[in-house]
Amino acid sequence: MSAEPAATVAPAPGATGPRRGRRGARWRSPFTPYLLALPGGLWLAIFFVVPMLVMLSVSLQTGNVVDGFVQTFHFAVYPDAIRQYSDQFIRSFAYGGICTVLCVVLAYPMAYWIAFHGGRRRSTYLFLVLLPFFVSFVIRTVSWKFLLADDGVLLGNLKDIGLLPDDFRVLATSTAVIGGLTYNSFPFMLLPIYVALERMDPKLLEAADDLYAGRAAVFGRVVLPLSMPGVFAGVLLTFVPATSDYVNASILGGTSDTMIGNIIQTTFLTNADYPLASAISFILMVILLVGIFIYARVLGTRDVFEMGTR
Amino acid sequence: MTADEGPASAADAVGDARSVSAQVSTTVPTGGTGDAPPAIELVGVAKEYMSRRGAVTAVETIDLRIAEGEFFSLLGPSGCGKTTTLRMIGGFEEPSRGQILLHGQDVTSVPPNKRDVNLVFQSYALFPHLDVAGNVAFGLKRKGVARGQVRRRVGEILDLVELGALADRRPRELSGGQQQRVALARALVNRPRALLLDEPLGALDLKLRQTMQIELKRIQREVGITFVYVTHDQSEALTMSDRIAVMNKGQIEQLASPRELYERPRTRFVAGFIGTSNVLRRSVRTVTTDGTGPIAILDAGADERVIVPVHSGLGGVVTGSVVELTVRPEKINMTAARPEGDVCVLRGRVTEVVYLGTNTTYTVFTAGGDEITVFWQNSADANDLAGRGDEVWLSWREDHSYALAPSGADPAAAEAPTEPVATAG
Repeated sequence: MSAEPAATVAPAPGATGPRRGRRGARWRSPFTPYLLALPGGLWLAIFFVVPMLVMLSVSLQTGNVVDGFVQTFHFAVYPDAIRQYSDQFIRSFAYGGICTVLCVVLAYPMAYWIAFHGGRRRSTYLFLVLLPFFVSFVIRTVSWKFLLADDGVLLGNLKDIGLLPDDFRVLATSTAVIGGLTYNSFPFMLLPIYVALERMDPKLLEAADDLYAGRAAVFGRVVLPLSMPGVFAGVLLTFVPATSDYVNASILGGTSDTMIGNIIQTTFLTNADYPLASAISFILMVILLVGIFIYARVLGTRDVFEMGTR
Repeated sequence: MTADEGPASAADAVGDARSVSAQVSTTVPTGGTGDAPPAIELVGVAKEYMSRRGAVTAVETIDLRIAEGEFFSLLGPSGCGKTTTLRMIGGFEEPSRGQILLHGQDVTSVPPNKRDVNLVFQSYALFPHLDVAGNVAFGLKRKGVARGQVRRRVGEILDLVELGALADRRPRELSGGQQQRVALARALVNRPRALLLDEPLGALDLKLRQTMQIELKRIQREVGITFVYVTHDQSEALTMSDRIAVMNKGQIEQLASPRELYERPRTRFVAGFIGTSNVLRRSVRTVTTDGTGPIAILDAGADERVIVPVHSGLGGVVTGSVVELTVRPEKINMTAARPEGDVCVLRGRVTEVVYLGTNTTYTVFTAGGDEITVFWQNSADANDLAGRGDEVWLSWREDHSYALAPSGADPAAAEAPTEPVATAG
């Protein structure tokens, strides 16, 4: 029945289909959609595109704070940066990746439980998940430091009763950094997955059950594929910030746990080497973009996004 | 299942579903023996839900037997328990009491994925991430059917529902009617022992619904599978079903063939739910016997005569007791002069005339204070019978009077299904 919508419209000579179709809405300017996008577009242009170009330009300058910087198109700063900070780059992606995987593993079951078994208390549970957000995340991370201190409330007492050896520590290890990253990213993973699961028609689960799917098959063949848009969004929202984070590493990490964010921070603020800092930032951004692009391709974004618009 | 023979056997027995119920017996039961167990049997099944206000009864004790190859409908208003009953047969709800048997096997607490019945959902519940073929193949793949066979059977069933060309479309790209047929194919391809349909045509517009009714009936005949169909639309049920269970307040008010339901509604509820009927409430003057059996002569005015046969479903019809009788609007004759002969006669005045094309509806206010609806066929020689305000005589044959029983469960519902009803070959 949807096959022949054009059949009723007699094609007038010279008039193309789309024009005719729009005739009824002629009072509406064709620029309306662009006007709607204008405030946001301007915002992005001024506060994102311009700084980006400035950053690109700065990265290709040489000089120092005292004598000033000159545009020299010194492209060697890029390979130099990668060579010099390859450890931190790799560590950042490793930490970001582990954090993302941990978030999926922790958040998915919880989102599933809230969505399908939360009953009337679902919003309460979601609120509890979001509650930490009402405290600054720096403060939260600092409080982890107190909690995990070598002789703090947790470890100190465990050591006193002999459950842990005296030289055991969490703080200033990669565990602490990844733990902090995971903790801070968790809600960003949980919420999109929850939304994807929550909007799923429960009849689909019944239909799968009816069609001889056991619990595992219902999950693997129906629930998981249909929740992939949520997982996809969650991964983006966790992986990118976690990889470029510097707060967790600087508060919870030791000297051997520095991430690329910390390098950018010290290069920029302490060493005032603006070109190098800009170059590192740019490299990080490009790698993230390329990574996400590949990830989207592998997962099949077409499907992922279409599913989301069901 | 006999579906292996495919659509070849469809040619025979294209009887009108309304009149077919008792006389056709072309079915060869799968077991080969005469006393094969019914396809579906409900024994004392009841369902209660716990709510904040305490237990709510969705289904009061139901006994039901559905024969192999039968097109069986559960008909009733929303909240009558028909969908709950269907969901219990499908395994989505566990009965609070009673047993459910499929082909004699107790499946009361067997989960849906291990029950050999499939459900067509009201909202279709097609998997949005799979294309048409993927949706249809879902059940076969879960059952571990070999890949080549899956492809062949999916192709066959898509041809049956005339969707072969759309196999790689996503559900979202299909019209409502096409989605409906995918849902049907997805269930049928598994060759279930019985197919359950939960108001599958509810979301379609009238024209498409009527087409699909005929289509569904055709498909059911071709595959020869027992269909259990839930609907609140009486015309839909009448069109397709071999037998219909009319449900009200969690009980089966009447279980009968469409014709029987229409002509002999057991209770006032059934009379009102199926078609239009006139209900008269009168006390009994005398009970006597005529050539066909006992009859009750009811209170009526001078020159009027209201008689109703007393059938076995009634109890306690004696002089002075009150009887409700129903007579269908199209059975009533309307004349200017009092008709002669052994007919029921009422006198009245026409209060409303509504011309409806093929027929005209007259509303007549009788001397006894009842409002009677009369359908008059506008056939070639029919001229305007009466206008508003005219005095008329209404008459109908005694055997078109039918006495109603008080509302409640139909005691006959638990009886064995009328011998092989199936229209399949």
